[in-house]
Amino acid sequence: MSSDSAGLSADAEFEHRKGMLETIQHILHRSPVLSPLAVLVLSSIVFTIFGKGRFQDPSSIGTMLQATAVMATLAIGQTLIILTAGVDLAVGTAMLLTHLVMARQVFVSGWPPIVAMAVGLVLSMLMGLFHGWLVTKVALPAFIVTLGTYYIYQSLGNVYGKAQTVVAKDIGGLNGLLMFMSREIKLGTFTINTGVVFALLLYVIFAYVLAKTAWGRHVYATGDDREAARLAGVDTRRVLLGVYVVAGLIYGLAAWVQLGRSQNASMNGAADVNLQSITAVVIGGTSLFGGRGRLWGTLIGALIVAVFDRGLSLAGVDQNYKNLAIGVLILVAVALDQWIRKVGK
Amino acid sequence: MIEPILQGRGLTKRFGRVTALDSADFELYPGEVLAVIGDNGAGKSSLIKCLSGAMMPDEGQILLEGQPVTFRRPQDAQTAGIETVYQTLAVAPALDIATNMFLGRERRRSGPLGSILRMVDDGGMRRDAKKALDDLGIGTLQDITQAVETLSGGQRQAVAVARAAAFGSKVIILDEPTAALGVKESGQVLQMIRDLRDRGLPVILISHNMPQVFEVADRIHIQRLGRRAGVVTPSSVSITDAVAVMTGALQINPENEHLGPVLR
Repeated sequence: MSSDSAGLSADAEFEHRKGMLETIQHILHRSPVLSPLAVLVLSSIVFTIFGKGRFQDPSSIGTMLQATAVMATLAIGQTLIILTAGVDLAVGTAMLLTHLVMARQVFVSGWPPIVAMAVGLVLSMLMGLFHGWLVTKVALPAFIVTLGTYYIYQSLGNVYGKAQTVVAKDIGGLNGLLMFMSREIKLGTFTINTGVVFALLLYVIFAYVLAKTAWGRHVYATGDDREAARLAGVDTRRVLLGVYVVAGLIYGLAAWVQLGRSQNASMNGAADVNLQSITAVVIGGTSLFGGRGRLWGTLIGALIVAVFDRGLSLAGVDQNYKNLAIGVLILVAVALDQWIRKVGK
Repeated sequence: MIEPILQGRGLTKRFGRVTALDSADFELYPGEVLAVIGDNGAGKSSLIKCLSGAMMPDEGQILLEGQPVTFRRPQDAQTAGIETVYQTLAVAPALDIATNMFLGRERRRSGPLGSILRMVDDGGMRRDAKKALDDLGIGTLQDITQAVETLSGGQRQAVAVARAAAFGSKVIILDEPTAALGVKESGQVLQMIRDLRDRGLPVILISHNMPQVFEVADRIHIQRLGRRAGVVTPSSVSITDAVAVMTGALQINPENEHLGPVLR
């Protein structure tokens, strides 16, 4: 009798646990931003406790945000492309080539900064258009296209830049247009630069575009099921081409942020933003299979990378463990995505 | 004589050395349910793709209400009032019901929010999506914002049919709508087809399921070897004979091929 009731309650508990897991699955399916948000909050709490009082220091947070702005900006373009089930391995070198063109056309050729910047933005959009053309018309995988252009832009940048570094005073100084993103905004000891504000503004704009415009819907639909979107009347080729051109524009805007951040220009800066931008998108809950995810998740993902970076070094942990932690987070995020996508199946 | 609402004349489609459509004719009359049956490879899909704009015929002509039309893309047929529910349903699984129903036809908010900021009218689209589902007698979907992938096969079918019914002003094409469904859900879809006809919308039904075809169709177009082998009515021909024509065991006398529009 007693063993019977024990068996029954164990069954009931199993049913109950299954119900709870399914509930969690459904909640995450609806709000994919919740899990990265939880990671960000928890890790911030942990690092506040173990950070020897320096993690929550406003000046430290300001520095962290400044260091993240360029990667976070690039991650917007990366999110758009990953939402269409593509990936962009060239974001970093495309951005570096663009910022070098903006700087050198002023320094070497004596162009007015505004012209150099406009030409830089056009160039970055042409790079995006080139990717989009190869992906839609030639039907090459985005992975291969951008792996190729990653090397091409790196090489072109090295040849064009002659291994020189252009410094701020050569291109109009810190008050010039090209260095606009370096201007500091102080709130007590909390200091950020205009680049941080600009990056946040871009997040607001593109989060709106993705969530509230027809074009945003079409981006999701194209990534979710391209053939279904086409048959429903979406011009999927144009949507894809548009996504790559917009991603190109974002390389150009990130180049501006990079100029303000590094206060000089060379092909050596920001070497690891390529993979970091993908990391931010994936940790932020956007599916590599396309069609699922939120731009705010990417911002949270970028902050998670920054928090781990800063928190672990403040806690005195060997830097190598930072990458280990990020690696584990990526695997957990991808596994979680696989599980969430199985909802209702 | 009533004019066909949708007509195909001498439609031909070749893929390399394979001829999928070999000068096929087709007629759909106002207010009828026309079933299209045929063996695999008979050209059913190619015929339907030509009529729905998913494919362009190499030769031949399509007439809508007597006027020649050219469909280069699915949008062209949709604009002309022809809506198609594909066998794959053509729904984006991760997107919600309302978004799917208005995919490619999103409505914008009125005022500067819509004209300048291009904001979509989510509230209005959700309301109308709900209404379109209710109109077809599918009130069981409580939440119009749930992702399509969380729905059962029959519910997904209902969303796809409701989308077609909401936007199709002239013709609805259903490609194997019950192939993936159970008995009860199939019954609901057949009822939806009757409801569409009763609302005055002609329906083209492509199906392998002979009992269902004979239950719901007014006329049956039999496709064989890329052409129309004949058109029969369920009351004049048995299932066995229809299948015999489909497989070539029986032939239809060309003089009786057209049994005429069904006048109800």
